[in-house]
Amino acid sequence: MKLHQLLAIIPFIGLLGGVPFVNKVTPYVFGMPFVLFYIVLWVVITSGIMALVFKMDPANKEEEI
Amino acid sequence: MNTALIIIFGFLALSIFLGVQAQKGKDMSLEQWSVGGRGFGTIFVFLLMAGEIYTTFTFLGGSGWAYGKGGPTYYILGYGCLAYIMSYWLLPAIWKYAKDNNLMSQSDFFVSKYKSPLLGVFVSLVGVVALIPYLVLQLKGLGIIVAEASGGSISSTAAIWIGVIAVTVYVMISGIHGSAWTAVIKDIMILGIVLFLGIYLPIHYYGGFQPMFEAIEAAKPGFLAMPETGLSVSWFISTVLLTALGFYMWPHTFGSIYSAQSSKVFRKNAIIMPLYQLVLLFVFFVGFAAILQVKGLEGADGDLALLKLSMQTFDPWVVGLIGAAGLLTAIVPGSMIMMSASTLLAKNVYKVFVPKATDLQVSKLAKNLVPVVAIIALYFTFKGGDTLVTLLLMGYSLVTQLFPALVFSLAKNNVVTKAGAFAGIAVGVFTVAYITISASTVGTLFPALPQFVKDLNVGVIALIINLVVTFAVSFVTKSATSNNTNERVA
Repeated sequence: MKLHQLLAIIPFIGLLGGVPFVNKVTPYVFGMPFVLFYIVLWVVITSGIMALVFKMDPANKEEEI
Repeated sequence: MNTALIIIFGFLALSIFLGVQAQKGKDMSLEQWSVGGRGFGTIFVFLLMAGEIYTTFTFLGGSGWAYGKGGPTYYILGYGCLAYIMSYWLLPAIWKYAKDNNLMSQSDFFVSKYKSPLLGVFVSLVGVVALIPYLVLQLKGLGIIVAEASGGSISSTAAIWIGVIAVTVYVMISGIHGSAWTAVIKDIMILGIVLFLGIYLPIHYYGGFQPMFEAIEAAKPGFLAMPETGLSVSWFISTVLLTALGFYMWPHTFGSIYSAQSSKVFRKNAIIMPLYQLVLLFVFFVGFAAILQVKGLEGADGDLALLKLSMQTFDPWVVGLIGAAGLLTAIVPGSMIMMSASTLLAKNVYKVFVPKATDLQVSKLAKNLVPVVAIIALYFTFKGGDTLVTLLLMGYSLVTQLFPALVFSLAKNNVVTKAGAFAGIAVGVFTVAYITISASTVGTLFPALPQFVKDLNVGVIALIINLVVTFAVSFVTKSATSNNTNERVA
């Protein structure tokens, strides 16, 4: 597996693996219950990771028809 | 007619106008009609794909779940996020193969990969069976929205008829081009309305987000997290995974994948989509805001939370705009579903049994099947009761069964054989049907297991059985064929 492909596994681990440990209402972060904040955080991280993957992926350098 | 209704019907007229306008200057071959001549750029593909996600189910159902179920609702954010990651690799591969082989439908993909038109027939039938409840759900939502917004002056039945006729007309005339243009207005409206409601309502009623959540926590401790049993953390994890796998397996989603101009579109979308779906967060906020303001909506009535709260808060014209947005969230996916179902039936079922049908005949038949599909959906809309959500979940579990055969077919050396794909999908579909009809859960099937296993989404079982059978049958049939070739060589 190439590095940019490995990167894409991180959200799976973070989101699914982390939820059992953060399933609580308090503390509130940005006004949201903690578990909701945690999930939203991972959605944002995922977008960032995919931007990185896009940059690193040689497939995007080729001109496509 | 009240102000709200005038606005709703105004938008309906606008969407029909745009839909009909969209086909001008294009010859409506099946390729133009169902996959837009493969000429859609980033924005259209983005809107089409986003359009299929923001359906009435997310608009009314997302807020309804937040209102009635609380914490487990967050799974909706989770599965989309993971599905978009997979889309980065999955969609370009599907798109490229489809373009090289001139595919129009999801079943074409299986036909071409497994060299079996009969597998195509089978996959089409599974697809259509899964699509109908999805369409029914959109129609029910449409009926609820218009009936509620009209304050009872238009019955939900009348509303559904008007909506269906409108969609049928524009789907028949302009196919996917119509859906793409309606998706443009819809997404702008949904974005504006959901953000406004999700921010305004918590502030108006509670003075802010945190005060709102604190008030809910005080009234219903623990409601905002996942419960210990039932829709628990293990339910969350298994459901997010399963739904993420099924995400792109809907036949109508394939239509939007094929419509893209280049595969780079999908890779770009994989960056933006996760952020875009945070809009759903504000849908949840509306549902949460309703908990302490609109009391006593039980069960399926929870879906009314957003509309009820809006009606007791705003002037009729605002309700009209909300209703119009809701109407469009039913129409865009509804039109895509009708189109895919009829393309599947015409091209992958009829054409297989009547091989001498010309392309023109198939294309005509596909368009003429649209009203037929609409009538079938109408029948179930008026007939089916509260079992709708069950049917939708069944639809989701059904299409997920296509995932193994599809993903393995993308590999350079596909280990899955035609017989393996057939057997796996058949067993998976049968298991899903049995589980749904007998209302089984992992807990009822295996009562001795620990609680966290019992809470697993029962679809996991169907998928595991599917995988095992796919590989077992593939292994047997593969060695059989290689033996045959050896014998022939010898």
